[in-house]
Amino acid sequence: MTIIGGKGIPIKVLLIEDSPGDVRLTREAFRTANPSIHLHVASDGVEAMTFLRQEGIHMNAPRPDLILLDLNLPKMDGREVLARIKEDDLLKTIPTVILTTSDAEVDIAKSYQLQANCYLNKPVQLDAFENLVKSINDFWLTEVKLPKTAAVPSGKM
Amino acid sequence: MQIIGNNGVNIEVLLVEDSPGDVRLTQEAFHGANPAVHLNIAADGAEAMDFLNREGKHARAPRPDLILLDLNLPKMDGREVLAKIKTHSLLKTIPTVILTTSDAEADISKSYQLHANCYLRKPVQLDAFESLVESINDFWLTAVRLPQQS
Repeated sequence: MTIIGGKGIPIKVLLIEDSPGDVRLTREAFRTANPSIHLHVASDGVEAMTFLRQEGIHMNAPRPDLILLDLNLPKMDGREVLARIKEDDLLKTIPTVILTTSDAEVDIAKSYQLQANCYLNKPVQLDAFENLVKSINDFWLTEVKLPKTAAVPSGKM
Repeated sequence: MQIIGNNGVNIEVLLVEDSPGDVRLTQEAFHGANPAVHLNIAADGAEAMDFLNREGKHARAPRPDLILLDLNLPKMDGREVLAKIKTHSLLKTIPTVILTTSDAEADISKSYQLHANCYLRKPVQLDAFESLVESINDFWLTAVRLPQQS
């Protein structure tokens, strides 16, 4: 059994976020919470799908262990990105966490309808945001059993 | 906006688990972690579906805020319960956490295929089990925004 993050294997997180400020804060919060996380960033919905499908400039992109998805994104909306991930037989098993400033009930309900793995409100306060990133790390990247990324050849564990 | 667990409103958790020992340990661990949690029990897959569909003796069952689902269950397997929840237009929005002793890759992968919200391995050690229940409470019942009861 491969423990992610163990033995120098980085945990790959794809952050889909268009605000450069939020990207930077998330990067810094993860660096504090867990240095073995490798944060990849897609700044709009189209780029996210390109990354996940390993196309174009993202031809060599790794398969993420976890996706953090903002809802309001340029080019392709986060709801559509979520729907595409969760309808794709190869991508649907990647846990996809909604991380957004919206706390509208309609967004929460719609995200769970589309099979988001969970919905988190991005807090405005910096320390609350850092705590949230820490809980994502403590829960999703520590407690949860994630599906194995297909890259490990069987029998070599 | 209603914050669950505040103002004396119970958080309804449905535990689908056939082992009476595990039921009791889970009950005690939640009691320690968060007294506002009301743990409802279904001892097999068929009873879980009755509870969720409010049928038979579960006609007055509350809609759970969270489901904790074991995989190996009598009558109806946990995988089938999960598939039924996640293809049901009204039930699919209830976060469903797999809580099982299995760490077989096939079970993990199959559960995510069926849209389990997350997969947790039930530890054998008692203190590890208690700390897992605490994490479930801290994450799912505190950090996460759950869909509103309808």
